[in-house]
Amino acid sequence: MSKEKIQICEDLADIMPPEYQELVATATFGKQDRGWKDIGSSKELIEQHSLCAGCPESIAFRYILASLPNPEDTVFVGSTGCTSLVFPHVAVHNIHSLFGNQNAIASGLKRTLASRFPDVEKDVVVLAGDGATVDIGLDMTMQSWFRLEKFTTICFDNELYANTGGQESGLMQKGFVAKMAPKGKNFEKVRLAEIAREAGCAYVAVLTVSKPNRVEQVIKNAIYVAREIGPTFVQLYTPCILEIGKQSMEGLDEMKDSETIGGRFVQKEYITEEAQKLLDSIKEETKARKKAAKEAKKTVNA
Amino acid sequence: MNKTVELTNKRIIASSHEKLGQKNRMDQTYTDVNDIFYKAEQTPSFLTGSEVIREAIKRASVGTSVAYPITPQSEAAALIGEIYAEGYLDEYFRGESEFAVMGQCAGAAFGGHRVFTTTAGPGTLRAMENFPMWAGARLPIQVCVTCRGINSPLSIQPDTLEMYYLLETGMLVWHAETAQDLFDFILKGFIVAEQPDVHIPIAVCCDGFFVTHTKDTVELPPLDLTLTPYDPYRNPQPVMDMETSPFRMMRDPFVMKSNYISYATHASWQQEIRSAVERSRKHTIPLLDGLIDEMNTDREILIVASGTAVSQSREAIRLLEEDGVKVGLVKIKTIRPFPTEEIKRVTKNAKHIFVPEFNVVGWLAREIKSIIPDNERVYEGPHVCGGMTLPCEVIVEQIKIHLGMETEKLRM
Repeated sequence: MSKEKIQICEDLADIMPPEYQELVATATFGKQDRGWKDIGSSKELIEQHSLCAGCPESIAFRYILASLPNPEDTVFVGSTGCTSLVFPHVAVHNIHSLFGNQNAIASGLKRTLASRFPDVEKDVVVLAGDGATVDIGLDMTMQSWFRLEKFTTICFDNELYANTGGQESGLMQKGFVAKMAPKGKNFEKVRLAEIAREAGCAYVAVLTVSKPNRVEQVIKNAIYVAREIGPTFVQLYTPCILEIGKQSMEGLDEMKDSETIGGRFVQKEYITEEAQKLLDSIKEETKARKKAAKEAKKTVNA
Repeated sequence: MNKTVELTNKRIIASSHEKLGQKNRMDQTYTDVNDIFYKAEQTPSFLTGSEVIREAIKRASVGTSVAYPITPQSEAAALIGEIYAEGYLDEYFRGESEFAVMGQCAGAAFGGHRVFTTTAGPGTLRAMENFPMWAGARLPIQVCVTCRGINSPLSIQPDTLEMYYLLETGMLVWHAETAQDLFDFILKGFIVAEQPDVHIPIAVCCDGFFVTHTKDTVELPPLDLTLTPYDPYRNPQPVMDMETSPFRMMRDPFVMKSNYISYATHASWQQEIRSAVERSRKHTIPLLDGLIDEMNTDREILIVASGTAVSQSREAIRLLEEDGVKVGLVKIKTIRPFPTEEIKRVTKNAKHIFVPEFNVVGWLAREIKSIIPDNERVYEGPHVCGGMTLPCEVIVEQIKIHLGMETEKLRM
């Protein structure tokens, strides 16, 4: 899809909702080097959300949507959970089908889009919570990695089932007392990043969403590697402040605490040699392009 | 609802696809389904049901097929893999379970492919959560169900109980009697299910082993003809390919709301899916020559059946005829939509209605009893289950016993 496709027919322009008008006027479809810094100066691809006040998941959504290299040709696959409350407000195609089958849906979708549009890069991105990714959907998550399906899986890890009211999940910390773990969870947090690496992901990243530039870089890396090489996985800590007994203004502190040395979410990446080579070459290209643009600007000014 | 419409001689507009008449990479010509069946010369071939599925898919312009082994559909699913390797399909792979396979099929359909898969018995039940999702998402996927018993205890034998579970999924459910039916229903099923005013999934069911593993003569159209491809932009819903403008679907997700608008949305959507099933009649009647076949339905004794129970009934009727008992026959081809008006019409004068079936509950008899007046006329059976065969002599005996006639004792 190009930006032309979202244009409004003149005769109907006055009845289109203002948020769509804004999308046509200032959204960043088709903009090269779009990123989190566009937030505030352009129309975001997320219109609203119905998450709790201060939920880190909402800011994660905004950073991710702002960081997609090619939203005009990106399709999201979600799953049941808090994320499914946000997708109806998002200006990219997205699929919610069932709970836990997101990587199965994405496998069929990615292959079909690759077959129908051989000359266009259609990015498929899965975005689901930890219950969907690790518990009910682990089979399909891992099998899509074994098959080396070329799409990105993002897990919003809030370490519990948030949407159903704070039940124990596989990504919960050991010892945490929650619904369905009345004596405290009695096994360790599942090491999903390591599982992803061993299962065939060419690029794996674990981090919080406290720093937008880091989120942007990781999302771009994951999508570029998925296009060229194979499956990629990003695990983002988006704490459920409601269920861990925090106030709505405390989400950022919670993330910062967890990413300090010794914390559960110190940023880490597993990158295959092939993926690293690709990312290096993209970095070089971007640098050269920006430099050339700067030179051109200087010449014009001179 | 269920008004009788005279459509027998009307040709449905099966395809106005721009590729009509063009050739695909296998040098097959995209052809209207009416021409494939009613104009092209048909050649008799002696094939197993599994091979018939392969032959149908060779002529179906399928985009994606996802496979998983389960008896008795494994051979058919593997044969589709072979024709994929020859170049007939765009995508084919093995999934990890029926639940995943049906999700992978959904992903491919959301992306705009014509999708075909096969399953059976426990696989159908493993996959079950997906079927209403397919219908609700208006995905015209075709699943061929080669019916077998449902565990436990472990069984791989033919049994049609799983069809009962499919009846309220919002899918079209057709029941093939023979290998010929299976071939015809697969190709015609795609066309009906993909009509913009239908656009819902279809289960083409056949009785496992009896149809899949036996050889039968099937009339095949030439291999250089194939169905016109699926056109995803005739979908009543946007295709998930970012080629149409993305839009904000709702101000608040309905799942969050306990209010009238939310309830009304869900209620109307569920009704719409059922309406789409009903709307499929006008495309199905001309293509299948009616939702039922009837033979001597003016008689006082009728057998109403679907699947291979129809074949057994034909033979039972021949045997009864030798003893001077005249029995009519109704073959039901589509279970969803259910041929309510047709059944009411053909059973109007019947005094005794027998419904032989291959399952323990007798679900077809229940369906018939629920729609006709004076339903004490319906005798639920004979039905067998767990892989038992249904010899025509058993049908003869049951009818004679019920009518108070003398009969040879079949049982020891």
